[in-house]
Amino acid sequence: MSGFFKSSVGRKVAMAISAFFLMIFLLQHLFINTLSVFNPDLFNEVSHFMGTNPLVQFALQPVLIFGVVFHFVMGFILEIKNNKARQVSYAKNNGAANSTWMSRNMIWSGFVILAFIALHFIDFWFPEINTKFIKGDWSGLDDGEFRYYEHLKHKFVNPLRVVAYAVAFVFLGLHLAHGFTSAFQSVGAASLRKKLGNVGTAYAIIIPLGFILIAFFHYFKH
Amino acid sequence: MNLRLKIWRQKDARSKGQMVDYKVSEISEHMSFLEMMDVLNEQLINKGDEPVSFDHDCREGICGMCSMYINGEAHGPDRGVTTCQLHMRKFHDGETITIEPFRATAFPVIKDLVVDRSAFDRIQHAGGYISVNTSGNTQDANSIPISKHSADTAMDAAMCIGCGACVASCKNSSAMLFVGAKVSQYALLPQGQVEAADRVKNMIAQMDLEGFGNCTNTGACEVECPKGISLDVIARMNRELLKASI
Amino acid sequence: MTLNSKIPQGPLKDKWTDYKNKINLVNPANKRHIDVIVVGTGLAGGSASATLAELGYNVKTFCYQDSPRRAHSIAAQGGINAAKNYQGDGDSTYRLFYDTVKGGDYRSREANVYRLAEVSTNIIDQCVAQGVPFARDYGGLLDNRSFGGVLVSRTFYAKGQTGQQLLLGAYSAMNRQIARGKIEMFNRHEMLDVVLVDGKARGIIARNLVTGEIERHSAHAVVIASGGYGNVYFLSTNAMGSNVTAAWKIHKKGAFFANPCFTQIHPTCIPRSGDYQSKLTLMSESLRNDGRIWVPKRLEDSKAIRDRSKKPTELTEDQRDYFLERRYPAFGNLVPRDVASRAAKERCDAGFGVNATGEAVFLDFASSFERYGKEQAKIQNLINPTKEKIIELGQKIVEAKYGNLFQMYEKIVDENPYKTPMMIYPAVHYTMGGVWVDYNLMTTIPGCYAIGEANFSEHGANRLGASALMQGLADGYFVLPYTIGDYLADDIRTGKISTDTPEFDEAEKSVKDAISFFINNKGTHSVDYYHKKLGKIMWDKCGMSRNEEGLKEAIEEISALRKDFWQNVSVPGSENQFNEELAKAGRVADFLELGELFAKDALQREESAGGHFREEHQTSEGEAKRRKEFQYVSAWEYKGEPKDAVLHKEVLDYENIEVKERSYK
Repeated sequence: MSGFFKSSVGRKVAMAISAFFLMIFLLQHLFINTLSVFNPDLFNEVSHFMGTNPLVQFALQPVLIFGVVFHFVMGFILEIKNNKARQVSYAKNNGAANSTWMSRNMIWSGFVILAFIALHFIDFWFPEINTKFIKGDWSGLDDGEFRYYEHLKHKFVNPLRVVAYAVAFVFLGLHLAHGFTSAFQSVGAASLRKKLGNVGTAYAIIIPLGFILIAFFHYFKH
Repeated sequence: MNLRLKIWRQKDARSKGQMVDYKVSEISEHMSFLEMMDVLNEQLINKGDEPVSFDHDCREGICGMCSMYINGEAHGPDRGVTTCQLHMRKFHDGETITIEPFRATAFPVIKDLVVDRSAFDRIQHAGGYISVNTSGNTQDANSIPISKHSADTAMDAAMCIGCGACVASCKNSSAMLFVGAKVSQYALLPQGQVEAADRVKNMIAQMDLEGFGNCTNTGACEVECPKGISLDVIARMNRELLKASI
Repeated sequence: MTLNSKIPQGPLKDKWTDYKNKINLVNPANKRHIDVIVVGTGLAGGSASATLAELGYNVKTFCYQDSPRRAHSIAAQGGINAAKNYQGDGDSTYRLFYDTVKGGDYRSREANVYRLAEVSTNIIDQCVAQGVPFARDYGGLLDNRSFGGVLVSRTFYAKGQTGQQLLLGAYSAMNRQIARGKIEMFNRHEMLDVVLVDGKARGIIARNLVTGEIERHSAHAVVIASGGYGNVYFLSTNAMGSNVTAAWKIHKKGAFFANPCFTQIHPTCIPRSGDYQSKLTLMSESLRNDGRIWVPKRLEDSKAIRDRSKKPTELTEDQRDYFLERRYPAFGNLVPRDVASRAAKERCDAGFGVNATGEAVFLDFASSFERYGKEQAKIQNLINPTKEKIIELGQKIVEAKYGNLFQMYEKIVDENPYKTPMMIYPAVHYTMGGVWVDYNLMTTIPGCYAIGEANFSEHGANRLGASALMQGLADGYFVLPYTIGDYLADDIRTGKISTDTPEFDEAEKSVKDAISFFINNKGTHSVDYYHKKLGKIMWDKCGMSRNEEGLKEAIEEISALRKDFWQNVSVPGSENQFNEELAKAGRVADFLELGELFAKDALQREESAGGHFREEHQTSEGEAKRRKEFQYVSAWEYKGEPKDAVLHKEVLDYENIEVKERSYK
């Protein structure tokens, strides 16, 4: 099995597996964010559960971080290898004739998403980690109330941030537009790739759009 | 019609190449693309210049020898054809046509538009066969019934002509459509089962060694393949490797 | 020198088995010390290389293409014959033998043809074991189709790409041996001479087509599997690189060249569209199973179709002349290739041609669409289907059978053959003539063998459809690997052959001299200029029908053209590089000699047989007239200029088959 992950095909399968994991993560993240629109209290409770449950914090969170880092690092390694596979480029190349823009630019949409993750970490994750692990405060309370919803609301006051988030989610959509079905193809499920074509498109639209609408909601509500 | 051609000229593997402009006139729309190249070469020879070297042989779309990248696409803008079957009616009078060799590190340029595709042969040496002695003592051909569907699907994969358009069109110069086609052909037939695990591992290992890139499922290969080999063969190869590795 | 065909004694059906039982063998330990060179990687060369390597010989294989997989066998479409009798329609080894001899117009060797029919069944077993995806029926068993000139279904096929699949099978067998180190493969190499030591073939001189380097390669035996010489006509269905050079070089060193005038003109090719044409494209003869060939009955209709004022679909049934069905009611559209080709030419010469050049007839599938459509409607239980529905259903069936051919036709001609009938015209396709070989497939040079289309073969004066693949693989897989042992058994103590000998020096020098001549000549005309001129002489005077006057003119004209070539040919570039013009120059030089011998052979053969039709020898109905006194193989010995070639005759005896007038009526 170790030889498997050294081969080009094995690495591709690994990319797909990490992608599946990340796509499931996105789904649950959007679900929880949606709660912030309809029921701030429930949002707070769920956020607190996710933020303090040892299983989530000490098992799922490291796996998630590993998944993100792996997907990015492996994507980057493969990109370098792929560039090496053609050292002289074409004077004229008509890529649009045979493939989608999304499929040819996964690395760029990936970079935008990576930049977004950095911003997102600065906005939410580092403060959380700081509170919990440096200050040792696991109560989730601020002035006697759950702080999660307030924190969220506060972040979407700045229109620049809202725009940055929206742009990043557009790129996430583009990444998913190719990535969703591509992952099925990579693990060898060619028939699922074809059957789930519309599901993939729907997923690639609904997930980013959901995040964008929530950001706008909080911006305009404020 | 009259055309302007921008063609990659490169003296040999070591030399640096560049694009050179040429003009051809009175080209008939019924000519094949290679016949248009013949006209250019006849013109060059009569002027005492060296003709443009390009690979070609059967000129009926089956040997897989012709290999140009025309106006940014392997085998040019038509679908389901090789360069030798591409006809000039696909172009218009006064057009500028850019002609380059197939580009991939694993396909080094030999001269002008001629590239070395022996990497494909080496991948086949690694396992592109069924180990059966050619002794004439094999069992009767009808002793292994094979469902029509399997035989037809195997045939679809076996149609690959090894031209390398998949590699040339892939943004990553990946050879997975080519390797997947051979792996699929044998994986679909009972005769191929015995060596299936070793075959897929060895062929993929050789493919990686040759310096081809990774597949990112853009699907460009499937579109440009003159024989319409489907991406399904790559998925099947991936499954075969998983099966062989677990 | 007298010709000895070395046909074993005994009853026909036991000859091969008895012979194999008594033949000398080389023991496995000794095979390791014996080298064999194979030139060419088509079905014959590829399968021979693989089998010789498997037996244990050290094989060195050469091809001019960039990979063995590209040899022109790959272009064969229709199928491969084998006397399996899977359809239970009365086929047998004898019937395949009989059909082949009769189809060849009684100009082939009984013993060789019988052996071919005998091993044909092994080929199918072998190929299936190798993973060749032959077409199958719904029960999972192998499917067959019928082919021109026979009354049974014995043709195995893989869509319209049978040659490709069989070649890839042989290539895969080669790959296995290359991986084991038993075959050393030389791609992009061209054999330019054979080296004889003490009268035996002991090596070759080859040019590396990438670097231009001249290389010496030695071996205990040399096998020529370089295919046919159809490109002597310039326009043919052969690949652009197909050439006679390897066969011609051995001829010049002592191998007799047999029956050069036996050339096959294939009836179903896509017609020529203009003078720039570089090659012709064949469409499988299997199309004649379902297509009907016709031209208009009236000259004015043909004229109207030519200038496009009328469409072929506008002509009613009674305005059409289905000339093959009319002339040959028993076989109809399935008459042998030579008969069908000549009939088409006859109609076009009479002014009934249907395309701009006047050289085309229709191949119409309309009635097949209807027939298959009705059948399908029944199967699908459709009640009162419309005519459109029937046609649509029928077209689907035809598409499943010939879809790739229809697509190819549309790409080339830019007309949809589902809507309007195809246009076809005969083109040079295969050469039955070639290097003379004995029963062992050895030429008149000891240790030099010729297999596949390169030898004068089992096809006599005309080859039946789907028999070329059969012969190539039979020679390579099942005949040569046995018979070569008989010769090599004497070489087990010879040891490695040195390439550092005066014989190699001399051969290399003559090759280098010729090359430097071409490079330094700086003449006025390109190689293609000469090739096209030669092709025109051949097609006009040695084509589908020949006469004494034309052949005499051809000899003079080719001789003059050759002289001009050696004075005025221009080859750009240098010898130490990839130089396709240089490679072409050498090939055309050989065609210019072969062409003349071809005409000379056609001139001496004062009869009509198979692909060779002499206008002086025809029946009152215009059919070919064979003559008993020409029941021989003409084997030519090289004596310098082609005009000095000496004729040797191998008389053909028919003990097991009655020589009859070939009739397909």
